[in-house]
Amino acid sequence: MGLYDFLAQYWPRLLSGAGITVAQFLLAAALGVAISLCMGLMKLSQNALLRGAAVTYIEIFRGTSLVVQLYWIFFVLPLFGLTIEKFTAGYLAVGMNIGAYGAELVRGGILSVPKGQWEAALAINMSPAQRMRRIILPQALVNMLPPWGNLMIELLKGTALVSLISVADLMFEARQINSSTFLSAQVFGAALLIYYVLARFLVTPFMRWLERHMARKLGRT
Amino acid sequence: MLDKTGFPLEMTGEDTPMVSFRKVRKSYGALTVLDDLDLDVSAGEMVSIIGPSGSGKTTVLRMLMTLERINGGVIYVDGKPLSHMPKGGQLVPANERHLRSRRADIGMCFQHFNLFPHMTALENCMEGPVQVLGLSKAEARDRSEELLEMVGMISKKDQHPSRLSGGQQQRVAIARALAMRPKVMLFDEVTSALDPEVIGEVTNVIRQLVSEHNLTMLMVTHQMGFARDISDRVCFFYGGRIEEQGPPAELFGNPQRERTQQFLSAVREAV
Ligand SMILES: Nc1ncnc2c1ncn2[C@@H]1O[C@H](COP(=O)(O)OP(=O)(O)OP(=O)(O)O)[C@@H](O)[C@H]1O
Ligand SMILES: [Mg+2]
Repeated sequence: MGLYDFLAQYWPRLLSGAGITVAQFLLAAALGVAISLCMGLMKLSQNALLRGAAVTYIEIFRGTSLVVQLYWIFFVLPLFGLTIEKFTAGYLAVGMNIGAYGAELVRGGILSVPKGQWEAALAINMSPAQRMRRIILPQALVNMLPPWGNLMIELLKGTALVSLISVADLMFEARQINSSTFLSAQVFGAALLIYYVLARFLVTPFMRWLERHMARKLGRT
Repeated sequence: MLDKTGFPLEMTGEDTPMVSFRKVRKSYGALTVLDDLDLDVSAGEMVSIIGPSGSGKTTVLRMLMTLERINGGVIYVDGKPLSHMPKGGQLVPANERHLRSRRADIGMCFQHFNLFPHMTALENCMEGPVQVLGLSKAEARDRSEELLEMVGMISKKDQHPSRLSGGQQQRVAIARALAMRPKVMLFDEVTSALDPEVIGEVTNVIRQLVSEHNLTMLMVTHQMGFARDISDRVCFFYGGRIEEQGPPAELFGNPQRERTQQFLSAVREAV
């Protein structure tokens, strides 16, 4: 069966899988950004307790495998009485994992803002929170957008792992189709293509747009 | 009333200086940068600080702006302690809250302008009044536009700093500081990063401030001619101490100390 015939027959399932993948991606990205921000700020905090918590979080989630984290959330937590439905467990694991990497980007982005910006903000008597929110973070964001673009691509690829806990994403559908038809080349070829299209024509252009938009806000264009 | 260590909890009286450094010490690790500095600046006075590199000029301004903590002594602004706060009849090191309440009296302009790059000239000026002073947007805009007009930058008010020349950025930075209505303005080598041909546009703004406003000003500068022109008093710093100070005509015309003479002749030769 050629790729065309194959797609003609199986596109609804691939499409629904791709839809789940996109949903997992968006939810994990939102969660990941929120965690990154929290952990990145906490790691820069004066408070040793907050700093310690952030370091621990980052160490655990960067130092261990995403698959294992996913299994922990889905299979081990229920043993402690915390049952999480598989779709939620999927994006939770991926988002929490990406948050640990993002935290370092946030931290680096904040540190990359020149010291003079902090001082100028202090000289107009802004509070520490105002300095961070109004002056430092907007500039840090611009500096960290390019590496965030890469992280988002990693995140998209990472979502394929949720198929391991039977979330019906693109990878899951592909594996299902494969096990019933054995059309491995066609089905994984199609999956490859769809992941590529999502990354290349959705995620990357969006991040580029965001970079341009932020650069314009900085008057850099 | 005096605190246990002999510093007044508050300075009162007719001739209370606007700024007073009392036995202020600053060190970085083992390096003592300022040693027992005593310096009073009267309300409305323009004091220039000159001296060789590393003599502690910038540090004096940064301590006053509360960008640096001090290691000894007390700094007063408008009679009230800035570096310390009264607590149970004693002066204890100021906490963030006290610093915030006292810092409102002070504004500073930096060598490298430090404008906020993600805001236009006007937004730079409005940021403090809106966020810190709680002015309405309209009030803050009026105030900022007036100041941008004064520094000759009103036509560029909607430009981002990246579109402005150094001289233009520094003028916006002066307007931004003034928009907070400080009692004391600090200028740290505000013309050092500028091309020679635009220095005048910034010094003219400072001249105008001196002649038309009753601000207290401390200015670190390497422009001896400018310091001589506009200062009420010039302080020559050497090795973290005031080696010599006096009216500009005297300090430049007839310096008493050998180090002052050496420094001034070295500067003249360099020109
Ligand atoms: N953050 C710091 N850590 C350590 N040493 C510092 C720090 N800031 C300043 N110093 C030292 O303090 C001394 C005084 O510095 P300061 O910047 O006040 O000098 P300055 O008179 O302004 O010199 P310049 O004319 O070069 O600007 C110098 O020896 C400098 O190296
Ligand atoms: Mg200096």
